[in-house]
Amino acid sequence: MLKYTIKRLLYSVLILFFVMFIIYVLMYNMPAGYIETKAMELANKQNSTRSFDEWLKFLNAQYGMDKGPFIGYFTWLGNVFRGNLGDSWKWTQPVTEVFKDAIWYSFALGLVSFIFEIIIAIPLGIKAAKNQYGVVDYSASAFAMICISMPTFFLATLLKYIFAVKLKWFDISGMQGKFYDQLSPFMQFLDVAKHFILPSVTLIIISIGGLMRYTRTNMLEVLNADYIRTARAKGVPEKKVISHHAFRNTLIPLITTLGGSLPGLFSGALITETLFAIRGIGFRSYESMVVGDIPFTMFYLAFISILTLLGNLIADLLYAAVDPRVRLS
Amino acid sequence: MKDQKKKKSSYISSGESRKITRFNRRVTKKFEKRREDAAKDPALYTTRMKDPNNVVEFDNVRTYFFTDVGVVKAVDGVNFEIPKKSTVGVVGESGCGKSVTSLSLMQLLQRPQGQTVSGEIRFVKDDGSAYNIVNTPNSIMESIRGNDMSMIFQEPMTALNPIFRVGDQIDEVIILHNPDMPKEDVKKRTLEMLDLVGIANKEGVYKMYPHELSGGMRQRICIAIALACSPKIIIADEPTTALDVTIQAQILDLLKNLKDKLNSSIMLITHDLGVVADMADYVVVMYAGRIVEKGTAREIFHNPSHPYTIGLMASKPVVGQKVEKLYNIPGSVPNPVKMPNYCYFRDRCEMRCDKCDGQYPPEIKIGDTHIVSCYRFIDKGEVLDYPKTVEVEDLYNE
Repeated sequence: MLKYTIKRLLYSVLILFFVMFIIYVLMYNMPAGYIETKAMELANKQNSTRSFDEWLKFLNAQYGMDKGPFIGYFTWLGNVFRGNLGDSWKWTQPVTEVFKDAIWYSFALGLVSFIFEIIIAIPLGIKAAKNQYGVVDYSASAFAMICISMPTFFLATLLKYIFAVKLKWFDISGMQGKFYDQLSPFMQFLDVAKHFILPSVTLIIISIGGLMRYTRTNMLEVLNADYIRTARAKGVPEKKVISHHAFRNTLIPLITTLGGSLPGLFSGALITETLFAIRGIGFRSYESMVVGDIPFTMFYLAFISILTLLGNLIADLLYAAVDPRVRLS
Repeated sequence: MKDQKKKKSSYISSGESRKITRFNRRVTKKFEKRREDAAKDPALYTTRMKDPNNVVEFDNVRTYFFTDVGVVKAVDGVNFEIPKKSTVGVVGESGCGKSVTSLSLMQLLQRPQGQTVSGEIRFVKDDGSAYNIVNTPNSIMESIRGNDMSMIFQEPMTALNPIFRVGDQIDEVIILHNPDMPKEDVKKRTLEMLDLVGIANKEGVYKMYPHELSGGMRQRICIAIALACSPKIIIADEPTTALDVTIQAQILDLLKNLKDKLNSSIMLITHDLGVVADMADYVVVMYAGRIVEKGTAREIFHNPSHPYTIGLMASKPVVGQKVEKLYNIPGSVPNPVKMPNYCYFRDRCEMRCDKCDGQYPPEIKIGDTHIVSCYRFIDKGEVLDYPKTVEVEDLYNE
């Protein structure tokens, strides 16, 4: 197990190296990048002493972007190893500072929706599988299809229209109310929490469908298995057949996928955070990417890549942990 | 011309299909309701055995499946009994209703599509009265299953839950039916069972997972589970089909030895005539959901009377005898949705006579225990009863 984990980690490092290289080259060659925009801006100033090309050359040298993507990438990599992740161009502060400010908002949002997703989708999926082709099954499946098909931006807009514009229960976007500064610390916390409700609901509705369908499919497969018939033939009460024999087997694929998505709690929800102006990591990265902020984008995408690789590793390890038939080697 | 007709008979328009679905829903709901109602009053599911020496009596049992293409009469009026401490072999080809008969007895049919629509399955109680399994509510079935009747399935590779240890799976059935037994005794009993089914390394196997065992070992575990509560009847549903030949012999030897040690009856479902000849006291031959012949093993093997039984015997290879081609019965089983109203075997029969064009033949008693459903014996024995099929439309109206 330990040997396997180490092997997988070494592979991950290799994958990460190439992934980051590809991203760097893409960012480097992005048209209308940060430096070009900046040069244009400076050249168009009234009292500009240099032309656009001169400004571009000057700025490229200033930002260390004049050595080509290869050298640039290795320079970036070298700095990362020395613990220097660079300063964000857009936010003009170290990327780690930006990260520290933003990550806990994203994590809170991710955790809340993750928990609700599990406690709604899994029981619903089991219930649907138990009454296959029944009323519960059909309505749950229809609901799941709606959830899966709904685009985030559409759902978010719909929720905003109903709950913010029409009912006026929440603010349309942002993280704090008008009188935030006058509130006690506890009330401030509640105020922020209230602003997190709509984004969480958006994320929950969007993720429920998939997990519910997944649970239902797995449960159905397990319920048709021979060992469930054996359990019934042993005289196990139907409730226990579901909760003990069937559910334990359904859990195997569920735990694996859910465990694998644990690191995803930190990755932020780019679209949702942007739509609701939650200053989480997703929103920050969106703003950085739009202006071509290479250091922050590189940092964010490296972070996402690590989380993804970690997620896969966790999924595989969990598989071996919950299913006695799987042995890693 | 003939082909066209065939095509038409299997074609269903959407209107018809809707009608069938609606009908099925109504009928199955009715049967579910009937069972629910029976749960309230023990008198509705208690009855008396015809013969107190029997463990199980099947009396005119009809188990139908209400499928989307129509009603399949999987078991249509089956009569036989399983005497105490005896082995009854049920033989027949695939799809003839052997397994459905046993599942009806266990009430493990796929519900609500599968329903025992009429007849009685009597299962003896300790106090002399009997359960009518057809109406017995699920809560009582749960206390019977695994305790008084148990089942060995045909697929040992998948019959055990892959994520629980073997020991726990045997423990479970003992604890379920003996909730007051202390834990040490449960484990002792489990190890005893493992010993009984011939597992050498019982302490080790107790802690193993099913995937660590071979097919034969797993079938032994399944047998241990089935025997753990000393049931009155063990249903072995093709217990050796999925195993290779040497293991088959071992498992059969094991079952035969156990049969002598235990006080249980065995209902052995198989299509292997050799196995039946070896183990069974009584044999029931089924064809297309009905019993065509039944009697003691000696009668069936020395004096097979129904053309189907004769055909089965002839299609069995004989050791030491060289043949060019193994005999097989020509033709195939009629469409289960639209059974003919004459003898189901008529179209495949090589001994048919004019009478065979009439209604389905009655049960004819040609010996003390030997009963056959064939017109060739109509003058040679005592005619018992013509089988009456239940019209599906009547099921709703009754």
